[in-house]
Amino acid sequence: MSEIQHDETPKLMKGNEALAEASLRAGLQAYFGYPITPQSEILEYLAEKAPEHTEVVVLQAESEIAAINMVYGASGAGARVMTTSSSPGISLMQEGISYMAASELPCVIANVQRGGPGLGTIQPAQGDYFQATKGGGHGDYHMIVLAPSSVQEMADFVFDGFRLAEEYRMPAMILADGALGQMMEKVYLPKAGTLPKKETPWATVGKTASRERNYITSLHIESEKMETVNLHLQDTYRKLKQEVRCELTNTADADIFLVAFGLSARICNKVMDIARAKGINVGVIRPITLYPFPYDIIASFAGPAKMFLTVEMNAGQMVEDVRLAVNGKSPVYFKGRMGGMIPTPEEIMLEVEAMSEKQQNLNQSAGYL
Amino acid sequence: MSMTISDNMETVYQKPATLTETPMHYCPGCGHGVVHRVLMEVIEEMGIAEQTIGVAPVGCSVFAYHYMNVDMQAAPHGRASAVATGVRRVLPEKYVYSYQGDGDLAAIGTGETIHTVNRGENILMVFVNNGIYGMTGGQMAPTSLCGMVTSTSPYGRDEHVMGHPLKITEMIAQLPGAYYVARHAVHTPTAVRKLKKAFKTSFEMQKQKKGTCFIEVVSNCPSGWKMTPVEANDWMEKNMFPYYPLGDIKVPATMK
Repeated sequence: MSEIQHDETPKLMKGNEALAEASLRAGLQAYFGYPITPQSEILEYLAEKAPEHTEVVVLQAESEIAAINMVYGASGAGARVMTTSSSPGISLMQEGISYMAASELPCVIANVQRGGPGLGTIQPAQGDYFQATKGGGHGDYHMIVLAPSSVQEMADFVFDGFRLAEEYRMPAMILADGALGQMMEKVYLPKAGTLPKKETPWATVGKTASRERNYITSLHIESEKMETVNLHLQDTYRKLKQEVRCELTNTADADIFLVAFGLSARICNKVMDIARAKGINVGVIRPITLYPFPYDIIASFAGPAKMFLTVEMNAGQMVEDVRLAVNGKSPVYFKGRMGGMIPTPEEIMLEVEAMSEKQQNLNQSAGYL
Repeated sequence: MSMTISDNMETVYQKPATLTETPMHYCPGCGHGVVHRVLMEVIEEMGIAEQTIGVAPVGCSVFAYHYMNVDMQAAPHGRASAVATGVRRVLPEKYVYSYQGDGDLAAIGTGETIHTVNRGENILMVFVNNGIYGMTGGQMAPTSLCGMVTSTSPYGRDEHVMGHPLKITEMIAQLPGAYYVARHAVHTPTAVRKLKKAFKTSFEMQKQKKGTCFIEVVSNCPSGWKMTPVEANDWMEKNMFPYYPLGDIKVPATMK
């Protein structure tokens, strides 16, 4: 990954505001959004800053459906464009995201998740993992999915998101949650003017005499052609695997691996400290890119003497990918809370202690100890 | 087939360069081909092809970007005006038009249509109304007339059950963002000339950033209506025009 250049002096900011400010510094050209808790501060921040950034289009759309289609139009016209929403609003955008993925249009979409399903709650959750990583809309497509776990990453991942989206010509999602959006933390903001923009010779900006017309479409009525388009997309997704990112903490000597993303990973870091103070060797694996998923990294830690506990703020979504990675080589357990409830370190610690005890017994009987 | 034209013959009429060589897929007698041609003639004659971006819909004109030789985007069903908004907002000095049918603009895209006009987006919205879903095989449209037989109103449209034919053009004309709103047709040479003038006026106003120009074209669907092209135009005049009368609906004071 390329290094992001930051301010020397930190600021104290809300996650949503840090994301919004970072988008301006990333050279945002257009933002289209619709209010929804817990991310409305992003649109509010950009609206307030608009007079200082007259070159940036900031428009409140009549719906998330309209917003994502404005993003489609602006991206197709070659602009660096972003939208943000929260879970129910992201559901409304799925059609447009599928079209953008099919048409290879870059953009950044932030989902500051709240509890669901349905209208759910405005409290933080991670229930949109499947939607974000497995498609969400119709057809075989993926987005780049970045999972921040701090206000710093709320800002940084806007830069990473645009860079990757433009490099691979696909939408990038920042999959945050209501707590990350609302909490205030120290943040070193990325420096403005440091994110170069790729040329967009494919964009619809007016056909010149020297070239054929550009048209952006996802319609290929001949199935042979449609399959070719699909094969090309799959090829891009294979190339994208080189961008996989994962944070490993105390994994070298760990017997139990906590696997968690975003806010859950912060809680797991706390659990790790408590466990290690009690003599249990716990490490934390934090996938940063949820798509592409760090299967190989997780697999490298699997083995008969090891155990995995996936912690999520949902009913167990990423755990399916962890199980795929581990592939039966270690037991994989799950601890989750839903509906806007955040798991406490104490309740996760109960799981870890139970696992540790079981591990001791198993390892003794298997002769590993 | 190639044809040689001798040097002493003068070209008085030809396909505009703003239309591609791709043969159109439209059914015999359909109005879409004429509307495409008139629109692209205007763009050529005004010399704005290099500054123009079109947005195609979902429906019979879904392949418009294969025929129109300008940069284009194909929008999801109903969203053409939102896509056009995105284009025009980031390219405020370019010409942008959307091209939609009745199902696209007046049913699934009603929200986008109203709010695009309400914002007074500086685009031309072309609305081709033939009162039926042609592409999907002749289902009832929001603009199908009362009593009209379609594959999903096989006993005729009963307005008490299925709602009334929607006069969306009159609706959006009420909005302050609508600058120039008119209803035309392409069934006679005179009608074609009037439509051409309306398109030209719309692009001129777009350059001045006056707001949304909205041109409805009442058209036919010989296949969906199960008529010959001549019968379809006759039926259109007798049935569609009384409900959807042709002419200016909202014109700026400078044009009055």
